[in-house]
Amino acid sequence: MTTAASRGPAALVLHQARYDLRAFLRNKQARFFTLILPLLFLIIFVGVFGNHRVGPARVHASTYYVPGLSAMAVIAASFVNLVISITAQRESGVLKRRRSTPVPAWVLIAGRSLTAIGVSLTTMVLLLLVGRFAYGVRLRTEALPGVAFTAVVGSITFCVLGYALSTAIRNEDAAQPMTQAIMLPLYFISGVFVVNTALPAWLRHVAQVFPVEHLADGLHRAYDPTVHGAGIVWSDIGVLALWAAIGIVVSLRQFSWVPAASRG
Amino acid sequence: MQVPDEPVVEVQGLKKRYGSLEAVAGIDLEVRRGEIFAFLGPNGAGKTTTVEILEGFRRRSEGEVTVLGVDPSRGDTEWRNRVGAVLQESNPEPGLTVRECLELYAGYYERPRGIDETIALTGLEEKADTLAPQLSGGQRRRLDVALALIGDPELIFLDEPTTGFDPSARRTAWHVIDGLRALGKTVFLTTHYMDEAEQLADRIAVIAGGRIVAEGTPGTLGGRNSMAATIRFTLPDGTGARDLPPELRALLAGENGLVTLTTETPLVHVRALADWALGRGIDLPDLDVRRPTLEEVYLELTRESA
Repeated sequence: MTTAASRGPAALVLHQARYDLRAFLRNKQARFFTLILPLLFLIIFVGVFGNHRVGPARVHASTYYVPGLSAMAVIAASFVNLVISITAQRESGVLKRRRSTPVPAWVLIAGRSLTAIGVSLTTMVLLLLVGRFAYGVRLRTEALPGVAFTAVVGSITFCVLGYALSTAIRNEDAAQPMTQAIMLPLYFISGVFVVNTALPAWLRHVAQVFPVEHLADGLHRAYDPTVHGAGIVWSDIGVLALWAAIGIVVSLRQFSWVPAASRG
Repeated sequence: MQVPDEPVVEVQGLKKRYGSLEAVAGIDLEVRRGEIFAFLGPNGAGKTTTVEILEGFRRRSEGEVTVLGVDPSRGDTEWRNRVGAVLQESNPEPGLTVRECLELYAGYYERPRGIDETIALTGLEEKADTLAPQLSGGQRRRLDVALALIGDPELIFLDEPTTGFDPSARRTAWHVIDGLRALGKTVFLTTHYMDEAEQLADRIAVIAGGRIVAEGTPGTLGGRNSMAATIRFTLPDGTGARDLPPELRALLAGENGLVTLTTETPLVHVRALADWALGRGIDLPDLDVRRPTLEEVYLELTRESA
């Protein structure tokens, strides 16, 4: 029989992603926090705060929330969920057992990241559909490639950062609070939940150091109806790429496939 | 390519140090093709460290190691295609059924075994569509074995495959491991259960305190076959060990109700005992003659380092 391994590396990555995705979809908690929660937030935010015009571009609040919550969706799938699942799989010996087989390490990483990218994009599409049909949110057709490109770059960046952070977490129970402790403050100051032009300048500057602001900003600008072109903000892409590079360096130096207790 | 009796695992002067602790203090091992080799020792003796070096998960500090002709610290994809491992602690793939786990792993290999065949071999037919985390401990372990077998490896490492099992789950696991012999696989088994080694192994090596303290077949380990036998019996009231003939009194190893004699020639001394007892018209209904069990040999061998 021909196997994924015998059909080459690309087939093997898809094979891995298929089973990672299946396992993801069977996990209720993962489904809720990545696929459902961003949609709930959209509905709640518009319900609680109304659909007024906000921000420098004077867009409807819903047109602001959709790209902001899209950033959150990317981070939930690529960073939060990935850190939790990778830490759990490492500590329970699943990663170690996979490494006892011929599958190359990069295939496992690429397959898992592909799953995260797929889930990120799916949630973004759901956000756009709900925004469109419930609140009349418009995304210019010419900005579609820009939104997709920014989302994929953001997803890859946060996957890499997820692998990097997992090296600092010793067990599964610590993964959820740790990722949320990092992300919640950043969500608030990076324009994910609230319009960040309303924030004091120093807080905006702090936010601009981190990748969350640049993912959110890139998506906000692509959704901005007053802007023309493909909707790619290269300065944001650059910062994301820089963070990805940092994540790669940390992961290469620190990442381990075996449980924290049995290294040496 | 597969030559019988060719060494599959060769270890010479293997050492592993963690800081100042020498977990493995210079051991030699050889495992031949087609045999079930049991690597026995108490917890902390260096078993898992050794196995993980052979599996390529840990770096050695010193010594020569080849597994299937390859240094495991440089084992490549081709080598990994030929080696299977059941790790000491590994949980099932979360969110996948037994069959899906096997499909996932089969995809990693160039020439895997059939999935149904492997499920049948490990007795998991009834559980094929059950989510792996919902299996019982014994069934999970059999799934581990199935995952190690799916690539059709020549050599399989089993690291404490039955720890924590109830007796019937252990019997089932033994049956599965014994089946590997029929497939012509070479098995490297670590365990701290003597009965497991005795039941399954062609050869046993005992490690204690990082050193090999004995090596042999289950029948000859630690000189068991030439060790002194024990003769035990109870004498009737009014008779004591002091009444035994001098040649038997010289063998006396203990008397507290039960008289214990140790001898390297049990037949001669049982005869002497029988002549003496029959001459006095007494019977010895609880007479018991035995050689040390493998368990006793093992406890003796590992006592110093425990």
